[in-house]
Amino acid sequence: MTAGLPVGPARFAAAFAARAGDGRPGIIPYVTAGFPGPADTAPLLLACQRAGSLAAEVGIPFSDPLADGPTIQRTGWRALEQGMTPARAIAQVAEARTAGLTIPVAVMTYINPVLAVGVEAFAAACARAGVDGVIVPDLPAEEAAALAAALASHGLAHIPLVAPTTPTPRVARVAATAAGFVYCVSVTGTTGARESVGPAALDLLERVRSVTALPRALGFGISRPEHVEALTGRCEAVVVGSALLDAIARGGDDPGAIAERFIRGLRGVGVVG
Amino acid sequence: MTAAGRFGIYGGAYVPETLVPAVEELEAAMTEALADPGFVAELDSWLHDYAGRPTPLTLARRLTADCAGAEIWLKREDLVHTGAHKLNNALGQVLLARRMGKTRIIAETGAGQHGVAVATVCACFGLECVVYMGREDTRRQAVNVYRMGLLGAEVRPVDSGSRTLKDATNEAIRDWVTNVQNTHYVIGSVVGPHPYPTLVRRFQRVIGDEARAEALRRWGALPDSVVACVGGGSNAIGIFTAFIEDEDVELLGVEAAGRGIGTGEHAASLVAGRPGVLHGAYSYLLQDENGQVRETHSISAGLDYPGVGPEHSALRDSERARYVVCTDEEALRAFHRLCRMEGIIPALESSHALAVAERRARELGPGHRVLVCLSGRGDKDIDTVRAIGGSGSVAP
Repeated sequence: MTAGLPVGPARFAAAFAARAGDGRPGIIPYVTAGFPGPADTAPLLLACQRAGSLAAEVGIPFSDPLADGPTIQRTGWRALEQGMTPARAIAQVAEARTAGLTIPVAVMTYINPVLAVGVEAFAAACARAGVDGVIVPDLPAEEAAALAAALASHGLAHIPLVAPTTPTPRVARVAATAAGFVYCVSVTGTTGARESVGPAALDLLERVRSVTALPRALGFGISRPEHVEALTGRCEAVVVGSALLDAIARGGDDPGAIAERFIRGLRGVGVVG
Repeated sequence: MTAAGRFGIYGGAYVPETLVPAVEELEAAMTEALADPGFVAELDSWLHDYAGRPTPLTLARRLTADCAGAEIWLKREDLVHTGAHKLNNALGQVLLARRMGKTRIIAETGAGQHGVAVATVCACFGLECVVYMGREDTRRQAVNVYRMGLLGAEVRPVDSGSRTLKDATNEAIRDWVTNVQNTHYVIGSVVGPHPYPTLVRRFQRVIGDEARAEALRRWGALPDSVVACVGGGSNAIGIFTAFIEDEDVELLGVEAAGRGIGTGEHAASLVAGRPGVLHGAYSYLLQDENGQVRETHSISAGLDYPGVGPEHSALRDSERARYVVCTDEEALRAFHRLCRMEGIIPALESSHALAVAERRARELGPGHRVLVCLSGRGDKDIDTVRAIGGSGSVAP
């Protein structure tokens, strides 16, 4: 890691503060660790950075990803078949840091792989590798205390999710446990590219803003430049996973180039890949 | 149970945030309905008039004589309408869902018995019903797929993962996340996030409540041992619950050893797993060292599941219940023995419990009684048994 750079919640804060002044949300690409190939993740993270991403998410695959739609299921199983493990996924982040990755990185995975490593050991390994935050979609606030404490003790952000079905008082309680940003789920459903960003998502973003000053990242279903454009001034970042992974799966033998083109397209600064 | 839907350290509600309000709503509705004598009376009348409860206790006369040990008594859940104990829970949950104003019902199924039970109750109330079933299970339980269609349900085959019960449950949860506003998910066992393990126990405890009362009436005594098979564990919790306070009554849960624990091809979560989170609850789980859920094997689709209800995990650790295993081969032998000696074709799931009940009867000896939960009938399994070539070739 480069000395002097902020880590954890501070690295997210710095990245959000450095966002362009046009109100357009920053891009947080999601890549499945070990997809398409076992060693592709570190180069992909660097490509995300070159494309001007605000941060990146690395998904550690789980055999039974019940918050995920078909694309992330498929990429996860492919990665597992090729031997991906939590330790190897985290090692790819460390490799990317060594190669010059400076944007914030959040790891997204399910609670069982975390428990298998051990909550404390998982947080420690993430911190050593240069991970800044952790997102666990099957760990609601009621079950999250132990992980949140372990992450905090290692200087990492616990990034909780809120959904359109979350009542506003609960949004406030959840946001109070958040660091880095609040992950806003745009739809009542699983991950996967969708046609448009619906009114429930916009309503949720407003409700989150009414209870916290933390940055808001909208995820699940965001897939096109016009989605990002339409969210100008409404949230600080968007998470793009399935659409990017679909592009990588369709594409040729340079996943980094595909990702870079795709993310530039979302940012409105290049040709869509 | 301790705080926040826990059985000791097990249980909890590990669900996506989208579902948190739904499980909270379900818990509130459950508490309210079960405290309402009107709801309980409605459920009891359905159990009596429609399901055919109470079910009898039958002495397995020839089996007992052949084992030359304790008497073997069968709790006849195979006689419940649709052929298994699953209807008890389906009736309870669908009545609750109607009370909650839900118009669409979804379910997962392994052997198909739970799917058939839910489809049956939905037909009674004219409710839309979607049942998720692993592709592999639709093949080995084809008759039940057809039955669900006859009853007006839509069966959606699931092609992900191992294409069995685990994957059907994933897909049902994804449907629930997507359609949570109008949909109730009828989980078929004492698994899943709180409040499901408690809710399903409440609807299945009728098995043990009836059996205990009947035992006292007929024998003036309790059984020495109560035996039930454990996949997710709903028939076992159903019969155990009434006896948990009776410390002299042994509780034996039987998990599927498949081709043998040593082969790795089994479904024995409590005997060979370690705790983890699957489908919203912390419980014993068959998983690798990285927390990936392992594929399982059992000849019986209903036991072919890598997890188990969290209350069983607590009963295992406290040693109030003991958990043992039975291989495919032992279950098949018990299947044929019950057919030939008692004129009852048992489900392959229940055959696991029968095999251990026979073993236990021999060990305990005369003057004792073993009560075994015959959780379902075996009509659905005849194709599986026929394919193995067991048309009576296994001598009793």
